[in-house]
Amino acid sequence: MTLTVLAAMVRKDLMLFFADRRSVIMAFAVPILVASFFGSVFSGSSSDAEPARIAIAVVDQDGSTISKAIVSGLQGDRNLNVAVPTEEDARASVTRGRTSVAAIIPKGFGDAAGQAFFGSAPKPALDLLFDPSRSAEVAMVRGILTEHVMQAVSREMFGGAQGRQYVERMLPQIESSQTLPPDQKRLLVQMLRTVQDFYNQPNQTAQTAGPGLSMPYTVRERAMTANTNAGYNGYAHSFAGMGIQFLLFAMANLGIEVLLERQQGLWKRLRSAPLSRTTLLAGKTISGTIISLLTLFVSFGFAIVVFKVRISGSVVGFLAVSLACSLMASTFGLLVAALGKTPATARGVTTLAVLMMVMLGGAWVPTFIFPAWLQQATLVVPARWAVDGLDAMTWRGIGLAGAVLPTLMLLAFAVLFGGVAATQFRWEE
Amino acid sequence: MLIINSLRKTFGSLVAVDDVSFSIERGQLVGLLGPNGAGKTTTVSMIAGLVTPDRGEVLIAGRRLAGDTDPAKRRIGLVPQDVALYDDLSARDNLRFFGALYDFRGRALEERMANALALVGLADRARDKVKTFSGGMKRRLNLAAGLLHDPDILLLDEPTVGVDPQSRNAIFDNLETLKQRGKALLYTTHYMEEAERLADRIVVIDHGKVIADDTLAGLTGGVVAVAGQRPTLESVFLTLTGRSLRD
Repeated sequence: MTLTVLAAMVRKDLMLFFADRRSVIMAFAVPILVASFFGSVFSGSSSDAEPARIAIAVVDQDGSTISKAIVSGLQGDRNLNVAVPTEEDARASVTRGRTSVAAIIPKGFGDAAGQAFFGSAPKPALDLLFDPSRSAEVAMVRGILTEHVMQAVSREMFGGAQGRQYVERMLPQIESSQTLPPDQKRLLVQMLRTVQDFYNQPNQTAQTAGPGLSMPYTVRERAMTANTNAGYNGYAHSFAGMGIQFLLFAMANLGIEVLLERQQGLWKRLRSAPLSRTTLLAGKTISGTIISLLTLFVSFGFAIVVFKVRISGSVVGFLAVSLACSLMASTFGLLVAALGKTPATARGVTTLAVLMMVMLGGAWVPTFIFPAWLQQATLVVPARWAVDGLDAMTWRGIGLAGAVLPTLMLLAFAVLFGGVAATQFRWEE
Repeated sequence: MLIINSLRKTFGSLVAVDDVSFSIERGQLVGLLGPNGAGKTTTVSMIAGLVTPDRGEVLIAGRRLAGDTDPAKRRIGLVPQDVALYDDLSARDNLRFFGALYDFRGRALEERMANALALVGLADRARDKVKTFSGGMKRRLNLAAGLLHDPDILLLDEPTVGVDPQSRNAIFDNLETLKQRGKALLYTTHYMEEAERLADRIVVIDHGKVIADDTLAGLTGGVVAVAGQRPTLESVFLTLTGRSLRD
């Protein structure tokens, strides 16, 4: 008898689910749309892809060889999109958020920077105006700017006209200095004469200045995944995260449907039949699990076909995590049905609960940006295990072993939610 | 067929039902009357197994009803006060689901569905979604869902609320048919004329207690006629329960 009843309950719930166009759209179309968007944003750049450029403005009030070289260097940088407006326009552009950073090279910067290069003069200030909402970009621009300023100043000082003039001006001053210790004076004069000899070589002119200081290393970057054939695909993570989010929403909705059934007297009919409480809860759990699995599989199916997401780890592991995740979500729906008083209040509370769960679970932004204590705290959030498990089985390419812990944790959450729901459910009508 | 013995139910400090006893024979319709909050629905809920009594017992054909899965519950059909149907499913799909709860399937289920739909005059709308039905049609289908498993006892909790006269009349005809088939019917209502027309016996309940249990003639016979007017069930009811508002 139980099987007939369970089959009937599942059939009925599936029919109701597919009869409700809003539920279907929320469960299938919306996660795909949102995950596609997040995937495109966070998918990372491939080697041949054009990186997103940071918009900056450079105001050259100096007009020196060095400042011009700095502007030229910045304009040639593949990470930047450089505009050269007036100071007033640059300020307005940053204020309105159109430009992340504006660098103002003040008058006399080139001269002062050249003198400060050998450490004998005060360092000139370079003004950086930035949009406070884009501090990450400011840090990046600061680094790029440092590289180009060092390159421009060193090139000029080691081979440009300004460097020659500086050496010619400094040599007599050092030779006639009464304050420098004789040893230091001798060494400094020796160094500057060597530089002067370098300038006076036949093939050295002001126009053929050397490259200046440059980065003394290059970087070989390798994305690490467990499976050498697996590559990072941002869509895999976004479909996992958004899949979990909308699956939890769908199941919370299933719980709210139970509250509506209670309001409509339908639960009285169910309770008046000779059915155990276990059968009634099991029927709801199975329906929810099937709907959750469908949601997840349709989302990932789309991601596999359209965005070339691959299950680079274990297919069995992927299925195990998906099943455990669906079971967890389904029992979460039961929890909503058990603890909710009315559909309206339950809807508000569960929306907040789901959003908190997926946010802390790393579905929106990776958990590594959280403070250390919060990263530890998210271990008690089921969405974290679901996202980690699905990530492990897809782009991380970890084998079946990587699915064991997330699956067990999700099953433990399912037992916890189901247990609380069973004890807290209002059985009396 | 159905014996209620000293049922009592409290919700916190509120005594909803207190020592309620009555019985219903085969082929008999008992009207359960009472003002709002008198304890009618709680009594029906205890008989249907939805609420566990604090004390007392419900006997079905002499056997005590015990637990959620008691097979004796198969002998009870409930027609709730609300239209307890799935609006997004067809009439057939609703009945198929409710029939499956009693382990009916295949041809047996099809036959029961056809009979129930024919009884309430909805055979030609079987495949239509419930949300397209009028209020009266929904009430009739609500009744069909309650008797799909052919119960010996049918509990009807205000089954004609918000129904037009035609549908109400059709429901009355259905109930007469069920009585003739030997079913025991418990019918709660606020409409006195319904009880006058249908009930073989009337139980009046107030403040959780049974304050009258008799036939219509027995109840009206005990009240003195005023100005030569024969007492009605309503005047008897108001005499028994008072005229103060029960909100």
